[in-house]
Amino acid sequence: MSLARNLTLALLVVVALVLQVSVFPHASIEGVVPNFVLLVVVAAGLVHGAQHAAVLGFCAGLLVDLAPPAEHVAGRWALALMIAGYVAGRVRQDVRPTWGAVALTVVACSFVSSSVFALSGLVLGDSAASVTEMLRVIGYGMAWDLLLAPVVVPAVIVLLRRLTPARVAW
Amino acid sequence: MDWNSLGRERRMRREPGDDPQRPKGTVVLALLLACASVMTLDHVGGDDSPLEGARRVVGEVLGPVETAAAGAIEPLAAVPDYFRTRNSLRDDVERLEKEKAALAAENRTAGLDRNRLAEYDALAAGAEESGRRVVPARVIAIGPAQSFSRTVTIDAGSSSGITPDLTVVNRDGLIGRVLRVTRTTATVLLAADEQSVVGARVTSSMELGFLRGTGDIGNDGLLELDLVDAGAVVEKGDVVTTWGSDGSGPYVPGVPVGEIVSVSSSPRETSLQAQVRPFADFTALDVVGVVVKAGTRSDRGVLNAEEKP
Repeated sequence: MSLARNLTLALLVVVALVLQVSVFPHASIEGVVPNFVLLVVVAAGLVHGAQHAAVLGFCAGLLVDLAPPAEHVAGRWALALMIAGYVAGRVRQDVRPTWGAVALTVVACSFVSSSVFALSGLVLGDSAASVTEMLRVIGYGMAWDLLLAPVVVPAVIVLLRRLTPARVAW
Repeated sequence: MDWNSLGRERRMRREPGDDPQRPKGTVVLALLLACASVMTLDHVGGDDSPLEGARRVVGEVLGPVETAAAGAIEPLAAVPDYFRTRNSLRDDVERLEKEKAALAAENRTAGLDRNRLAEYDALAAGAEESGRRVVPARVIAIGPAQSFSRTVTIDAGSSSGITPDLTVVNRDGLIGRVLRVTRTTATVLLAADEQSVVGARVTSSMELGFLRGTGDIGNDGLLELDLVDAGAVVEKGDVVTTWGSDGSGPYVPGVPVGEIVSVSSSPRETSLQAQVRPFADFTALDVVGVVVKAGTRSDRGVLNAEEKP
């Protein structure tokens, strides 16, 4: 874990969060915006593996839980993004991910994280949204994330690979 | 270096803890426990939760960043408006002409009523307080629908005299109430949120009720009005305002909220429900006002509601 890499990741997460709450609401589809923080976590998972991405997902999620417009029990996005990072990190790493693999990972992680967040709300009695509403939002969210994945994920992956000391090829 | 030692090095490199594909179970378990304890602390703590401090700190740091980002994106957000078709503009003109005609007709007969009402109003309100005091603010961040709660952040905080539970309005009507503040920002719960309940009064019949949000803030998003009196007579087009009290409740009285679009009664539950279309467009919020108490010290200009542009 190098300092430069961690600082870059922290900066990426903050930028993603600001894009998500301040910039993209202007382009939202019925209030649903792309989950940039999730895309950063997925990209980190594809590069650095499950353990790293789970830790990053936890920290990033906690920031989303605490940053201003959030009004729900803290720890819910932390749990959701931690699991998403873990899932993304389990994708095979010995080969470079193909476009298809990235798209599939993003869709899967978007579904998993939104579902975990929604279900944790049901369990804690924190959100009053109906199941159909949840499914609609999760569906729109997956479409947004898939739409922006080809731009965001490769960019973050390239950035992270540059910052990672050259690995021994195996 | 011989092949043997290279092989050993490679073996060492693939130790389970080092292999990114096989994370240590302990780390994942620790993170799961951390999530569980954060949620428990926050859920049980309620309003005094130990995480309120952390929320405040994050808000203080990210608030200015969000303000800057919202300011930077503002010119770009207007771009889609350039591409409106001529037909839609023509429709707009037609609609506005009709509205203008209707309003003008109404205006001719309204003079007497209005003057009378103004006198009564001035008589009643003048004794205690002259109009509302409003601190203007801009919306700088909007909670994503993925979080299933309808909240926004505004760029005025405790330094502008904002405290929790104040009413937030814009020129169209009620927006919501302040949940928590940092020095430079405040989080506002929109009236459209599913957990928002606003005491309301139907102006035509003075009937009381409770307005609940449905979570839908789109163009067809409505609010649900549960009337206290199941025998009340309310009609489509009736205007609904807040039924609050000065100083005690979170909502000040007499703020227009919306108009009734349909009424549905359920004899079995002996209740009367009405669907209310809010006057405010929750998807296009920009400048809002926070109604503050008389004598509030603020670092920005405080407007009187009547003089608001």
